[in-house]
Amino acid sequence: MTSENDCTQLAICAALLDPGLPCPPGLVAWNGSDPTPRLAVYRNNVVSSLIDALAQTFPVVQELVGVPFFRAMAAVFIRQAPPRSPVLARYGEALPTFIEQFEPARSVPYLADVARLEMARVQAYHAADAVPVAAAVVSAALAGGDRIGELHIACHPSVAIVGSAFAVASLWSAHQGEGDVGDVDPDVAEAALVLRDGLDVLVMRVSPGAAEFVAAILQGRNLDDATGAAMNAESAFDLPATLALLKGHGAVTSIRFPGDNA
Amino acid sequence: MSNSNIALPARAGIGLKPEHFRDVLAARPDVGFFEVHAENYMVDGGPFHHFLGRIRAHYPLSLHGVGLSIGAEGPIDEAHLDRLAVLIARYEPASFSEHLAWASHGEVFLNDLLPVPYDRATLARVCEHVDRVQERLKRRMLLENPSTYVEFASSTMSEAQFLSEVLGRTGCGLLLDVNNVHVSCVNHGRDPLAFIDGLPLDAVGELHLAGFAVDHDAAGAPLLIDSHGAEVDDTVWRLYAQVIDRVGAMPTLLERDNNVPALATLVAEAQHAETLMPSTRSPAHCGIYGGSS
Repeated sequence: MTSENDCTQLAICAALLDPGLPCPPGLVAWNGSDPTPRLAVYRNNVVSSLIDALAQTFPVVQELVGVPFFRAMAAVFIRQAPPRSPVLARYGEALPTFIEQFEPARSVPYLADVARLEMARVQAYHAADAVPVAAAVVSAALAGGDRIGELHIACHPSVAIVGSAFAVASLWSAHQGEGDVGDVDPDVAEAALVLRDGLDVLVMRVSPGAAEFVAAILQGRNLDDATGAAMNAESAFDLPATLALLKGHGAVTSIRFPGDNA
Repeated sequence: MSNSNIALPARAGIGLKPEHFRDVLAARPDVGFFEVHAENYMVDGGPFHHFLGRIRAHYPLSLHGVGLSIGAEGPIDEAHLDRLAVLIARYEPASFSEHLAWASHGEVFLNDLLPVPYDRATLARVCEHVDRVQERLKRRMLLENPSTYVEFASSTMSEAQFLSEVLGRTGCGLLLDVNNVHVSCVNHGRDPLAFIDGLPLDAVGELHLAGFAVDHDAAGAPLLIDSHGAEVDDTVWRLYAQVIDRVGAMPTLLERDNNVPALATLVAEAQHAETLMPSTRSPAHCGIYGGSS
């Protein structure tokens, strides 16, 4: 049952996300004034609060393109892909793909991958807690003789690999005050290992082999398969160093043979 | 419904901001409670839970939702209620509150507190949603009066009548946001004290205070915006004192979500609020943050 006085939430929702739409009928002001500037308060709240949320997740992307460009780009993204959940921690997962298609950002070809790295950082920050296995357990498992290739390693839920045709890790680091952005050649392929060590999220540039290895482990492949993938990517892949890196940051949460329970 | 709900202390509290996590644990400021936005803690693990758990061990907690969309035309989001139930079980907050507003339409979440018409159909729906929330969370909730910028031609009752009906029918409590009273009354040409006196004040379980920004509508009339980005305005402090005259000492939150200042500044504002409460305790002071606001 509706009348011309009814202003539905569908109509308001559409008007909030599309500034080109007129103010829906049925909205009024006590003094009889045009409600459009009043609706504009909501329009601005919706878009600017979500831009702020994205700016918090993607600070380096914002620095790379500047605040005005970032906010304009984010507004287009938000109107195309508004949040689908009241939990905003993961909002922006679709931004890297959006950036790849966003014509005005073409001149910054590495922007999408920097966004991927920043999203991985936020996900690592909020990822589930997990207790690392003791170093002795890892050592004992690796001393397991002929079968060690069958070992499965589980990583901390924060662990992610962001690989890129661009120097994403160096670009990101340069924006943390570590070195000069001008010294970074963006066209060098890099991979970043992202993880949370204690309360701190770390971004570490790793070799192509280490990146392949960790990616394979995250896919649930065993030590043999993961090492093979790593060697394919980099003949000089250093397995002990890569395992030591993961162990050192508390990123190994279990290491076991298939079928073992603990 | 369980009666074991522990009320917040009749003191002033502040919003817990991630940038203050470490300062709070180091300084243990003399505030009555902390309030968090529930949705920010709907994450699996990491620093947010690490710090909230530690801070909760020292302070009562108010869990304040901004995403339940109680005023939505659609059904209440059961998955979101489940997430709230998990947080409540984990942190045992003294209070859970939400808004008389909608924020989601279908799957789209708009991240703002949007207004509802005050008519019979909306009243029935809001009551149904509040009933469901209280049933699922097994506790009485507090419902917050909104800041609004538009009204609906279809409204058939005043905001005070609407809120009174919801409170009476559902048994939920009232989170009276004094800044929202001021903002909405200026924005809609209403008398704030008449609005307040039209509410069942014995249902008030918490007060909110915040700052606003000033804009103008199409006729040049002032249009106040609930920005949560400034200190509490003198007019709102005066209105707060009048509310306190009516309800007595009451848990009071100083809200600040934008332009967040140093912890000490928020603590000083909270302590100023306590000086306006009847002296159930001596005016608050603290060795570290002592000083005028």
